[in-house]
Amino acid sequence: MSGNSLLIPCFVAVPLAGAFLNSLVGRRVRALPEFLGALAAFILVGLSLMALQSVRADSVWVYQVGGWKLPLGISLVLDGLTAFMLVTVNAVAFAIVVYARDYMERYTSKDLFYTLLLLMLAGMNGVLIAGDLFNLFVFLEIAAVASYALVAFGTERHELEAAFKYGVMGSVASLFILLGIALLYGMTSTLNLADMSQSLAGHSEADLLLMVSALFLMGFGLKTALVPFHAWLPDAHPSAPAPISAMLSGVLIKCLGIYALSRIFFNVIGMSPRVLTLLMYWGALSMMAGVILAMGQRDLKRLLAYSTISQVGYVVLGLGLGTPLGFLGVVLHLFNHSIAKALLFLVSGALEYATGTRDLHNMGGLRSRMPVTHTASFVAAMSIAGMPPFGGFWSKLLIIMAAVEAGHLGFAVWAVIVSVLTLALFAGVMKNIFWGEPGLRWQGVREVPGCMQASMLALALFSLLSGTLLVPGIREKFLLQASAALAQGTNYAHMIMSQI
Amino acid sequence: MSLIVKTVTRLTAWLILLYGINIILHGHLTPGGGFAGGVIIALSFIHLTLAYGKDAVLRQLSKEAVHVWESVGALAFLAIALFGGAAGYFFANFLPAGEPFNLFSAGSIPLSNIAIGIKVWAGLFSIFLALVLLRINRGDK
Amino acid sequence: MIYFLCLVLLCVGIYGVLRKRNIIRMILGLIIAEHAINLLFVLIGYRLNGRAPILSPDGPILQMVDPLPQALVLTAIVIGLATTALLVALAMRLHGKYGTYDVARIRELKG
Repeated sequence: MSGNSLLIPCFVAVPLAGAFLNSLVGRRVRALPEFLGALAAFILVGLSLMALQSVRADSVWVYQVGGWKLPLGISLVLDGLTAFMLVTVNAVAFAIVVYARDYMERYTSKDLFYTLLLLMLAGMNGVLIAGDLFNLFVFLEIAAVASYALVAFGTERHELEAAFKYGVMGSVASLFILLGIALLYGMTSTLNLADMSQSLAGHSEADLLLMVSALFLMGFGLKTALVPFHAWLPDAHPSAPAPISAMLSGVLIKCLGIYALSRIFFNVIGMSPRVLTLLMYWGALSMMAGVILAMGQRDLKRLLAYSTISQVGYVVLGLGLGTPLGFLGVVLHLFNHSIAKALLFLVSGALEYATGTRDLHNMGGLRSRMPVTHTASFVAAMSIAGMPPFGGFWSKLLIIMAAVEAGHLGFAVWAVIVSVLTLALFAGVMKNIFWGEPGLRWQGVREVPGCMQASMLALALFSLLSGTLLVPGIREKFLLQASAALAQGTNYAHMIMSQI
Repeated sequence: MSLIVKTVTRLTAWLILLYGINIILHGHLTPGGGFAGGVIIALSFIHLTLAYGKDAVLRQLSKEAVHVWESVGALAFLAIALFGGAAGYFFANFLPAGEPFNLFSAGSIPLSNIAIGIKVWAGLFSIFLALVLLRINRGDK
Repeated sequence: MIYFLCLVLLCVGIYGVLRKRNIIRMILGLIIAEHAINLLFVLIGYRLNGRAPILSPDGPILQMVDPLPQALVLTAIVIGLATTALLVALAMRLHGKYGTYDVARIRELKG
């Protein structure tokens, strides 16, 4: 720990500094909030790329806050999965901050918006680098509370209702997680993830561990919005301003839900076949229910929110397979879906900005009026639906291949069926919005401002090219490290302990 | 509020405020610390608001001033952490540790306590103000 | 026995969240459930006849309660404060928009 010593805490310190500077002087100086937000996000992208450069597949970076030795003090950990998620989160966040510069003109109190956005980003980065359950929980709550407030940002009837529902559900989820942490602490007398994992390895209280697993599954399942617990998501995600919807759907549920779940289950408690099977069935259920519910929607953002449930189902199914190929598919799909879904929400925001409506049946023929938005939307929709040249195809292919390889033919067929349904869904969306005869109503519609276009095009480019991440040479750096971190299981603890 | 309440408030609000400051400053020696002390200071302001009405208090201390103090507290805490970072580790102690059981001891911990106290006082009081004024301020956290 | 009472308190809170139609009572249920867990967590770290875990001038302390759950619970209480304040503010705004605290009448979003 020499050259990179301050790198890891900076992931939390930079957005926090940006957030509080914003709330201190943001109201007095015009255009400062945008600038500070973009600057903080830009620094974070640079830092996360540095982190990705410095991390190796066979070791982890451990940072001991305040110089306290590991089992005693707070530790921050950087390994392959963390670095991968950091890059994804911060890249999406940067695109969103750029986009929000023009989009948020319609709202008041922009300084508060950027403060909350940066607080949420600090919370998410904190979850990713936390090396103990205490900090994981605290950062998770910071991100969650900021997101409740952001969902209510419009302070209209529907926003408030959705935010209240989201707030109550999120708080209940946090209660379950806290109870799980309390029980785990009672069993192991430590909160450090690595120490806890080693302590659990020598434990035989299977009943209590099962209870803890159930609590964590419920808590993180609620945060991830897997199907029996999904009721809040289609309300909360569409109600937020479009950049925030993109943030929530694109990265927040993955940090708070999938990442935390897989970190705790794979690297600390250790996966049991029972939980894996449960995850597979759970993912399959979410996939199908999400896409079927999405079919009946008229509101574009609501449709996208249901589609998020379906795509997260793929990720959970891949996790449940528990094979290295499955993990590779999971990691790539997380990346693809983050980019593509964030892009689709940004597109929905652009459409709302230009036409003032989100109703699918009201739009039509916008292709000639908004060429850039159309291109971005086409790339993102095809990536989510899994058409061959686009990123989403490769990740879905990997998950399906992994299912076949692991002998779960039924799940593979199921995933193909859901993929076809998704394609039908998004073809319908594209036809309703962009293709066909332009209506007379939309003659005066103009393309959205430059910043919004630029960020949409950048995300579309990523989405188009993410298949190349599988090319040997790039694959080792970015994806294999992350999936190796999942595949190593409870060996994680040994790696951290050997760092001291 | 009645005359009795106002008189008692006038006499006790200062005591509560001083007690809160005392708790913050002795946070590294006795139970309590930045959070508890900050809550007590905020309570003394809330006490005044309840007795004299929000206008009397807001004339002395505007909502914007509370916001500024809140951000200053948070930034001060972050700055202490970063100074520690300059001394080797994030949050590491960068002052001489001093003798135990003295007021000026324990390195950077009293400074952190003061920063947290300011932040908690301002945060709690602005939550209270936001609820009182029925104008929600979503920046509270 | 006390652990069991914590569980009962938790169930009371969850019942409040799930069954009550009044928004304010839902928030109260949430607070009760939250404090049940906080109480449980502090109790996990408690030792019989333990003392506060701070240095004292009269020699080292042998019987010390576990300080870590207390720190975590203090943090959890602060988080709970923030969440509750936010939810109360939302509830007040909801009352302003819908004119009611009844969740059965605040459901325009569905499908």
